Amino acid sequence: MSNAIRDLLFKMADDALIIGHRNSEWTGIGPMLEEDLAFSSMAQDKIGHAQALYKILNEVLGEADADTLAFKREEKQFKCCQFVEQPIGEYDFSIVRQFLFDHAELIRYDMLTQSSFQPLAKLAKKVKGEIKYHVMHADTFVKQLGNGTEESKARLQSSLNYAWYLSLGIFEKSEFENELISENIFAGEDELKKRWQEKIIPILEAANLKVPATDESKIVYGGRKGFHSEFLKPLLDEMCEVVRTDIDAEW
Amino acid sequence: MEIQEITEQQIWLALENVKDPEIPVISIVDMGMITGIEIRDSNSAQVTMTPTFVGCPAIDVIKKNIREEILKLGFEEVEVKVDFETQWTSDRMKPSAKIKLEKFGLAPPVMLNDGELTEEQLNKVRCPHCHSTDTTLRSAFGSTLCRAIRFCFSCKQGFEQFKPI
Repeated sequence: MSNAIRDLLFKMADDALIIGHRNSEWTGIGPMLEEDLAFSSMAQDKIGHAQALYKILNEVLGEADADTLAFKREEKQFKCCQFVEQPIGEYDFSIVRQFLFDHAELIRYDMLTQSSFQPLAKLAKKVKGEIKYHVMHADTFVKQLGNGTEESKARLQSSLNYAWYLSLGIFEKSEFENELISENIFAGEDELKKRWQEKIIPILEAANLKVPATDESKIVYGGRKGFHSEFLKPLLDEMCEVVRTDIDAEW
Repeated sequence: MEIQEITEQQIWLALENVKDPEIPVISIVDMGMITGIEIRDSNSAQVTMTPTFVGCPAIDVIKKNIREEILKLGFEEVEVKVDFETQWTSDRMKPSAKIKLEKFGLAPPVMLNDGELTEEQLNKVRCPHCHSTDTTLRSAFGSTLCRAIRFCFSCKQGFEQFKPI
């Protein structure tokens, strides 16, 4: 059972760390001050969540400490989905990514408040409230831009077309899926995906966006098994640069 | 009277000297961050706290300040534990803290009462400068994780609000 929990925690923490890092890349270059601030703030939240999840891995499951897990693992050891690895692109892509990813993350944490694994259930009750603000931000911009100009609509649709099959990779199942469900640790990726679609599709339609057709063959899997896009390694090289320059540095 | 009883009281009083590093007018006791005090023996104590925001960068500073303050009482060993056994919500903030916040220039959070945050709740905010309620949300994200940015149409000043969470 502990390997099932370990796998779940790693993928959640790695998703949060990597998308948190991507969020932080808007610092200083956001299209307007409030948005620069928004993504910087959400980056801090996400990285904080990653740290809390790594802390559970360390204290309850005997893994290394959070700094080691974040900065000293190899690319293949990461279990983030390929969606979060994608570069920030232009603002429309980042908004669409936030919308698709954060809605899934919020529902996942909501489901986890019922988990039989107490440390995660308790953290979930806290994190839920914080992610609500992220989701509200994404909803606001999807609605505004989807009901905006011809350019904003076109950009949003184009980003959605690009992001859709990547986002479905969030729900890639692990070998521990049945165990997570039977032990009441987590009700599973299928249930999560179902609730996610029920939530986001009405919002996308109200924003005049067309959801791409169902096509299993296009879904971008692999991240959960350590197979990553060409974007993760350069991200890790940059994120870990200071640590790698002086592995024992303290500040 | 038992010595232990007095000592726990003293710990609570000492903790009031530990201020929130980002909002120096209120203590971590005012904020409702302290969730447990345990006196193990005459030499050691443990203080348990829960963070306002999971990603709060001030947690290490607060832990250090708590430790230093409680060591002054005469313990040899003070442990500060951070956990989510109790999850912090802005409802845990004491009414007295909310008054201090407003005087400091930060609008206090509205009560959530265990309900889900609604957009309507985000709109019920009084300007800390002129006390008008003719205010609007400029951004749900401010200079720290716990702040939102608002604007007052009456006195035409921007102000920050402690986010209800």
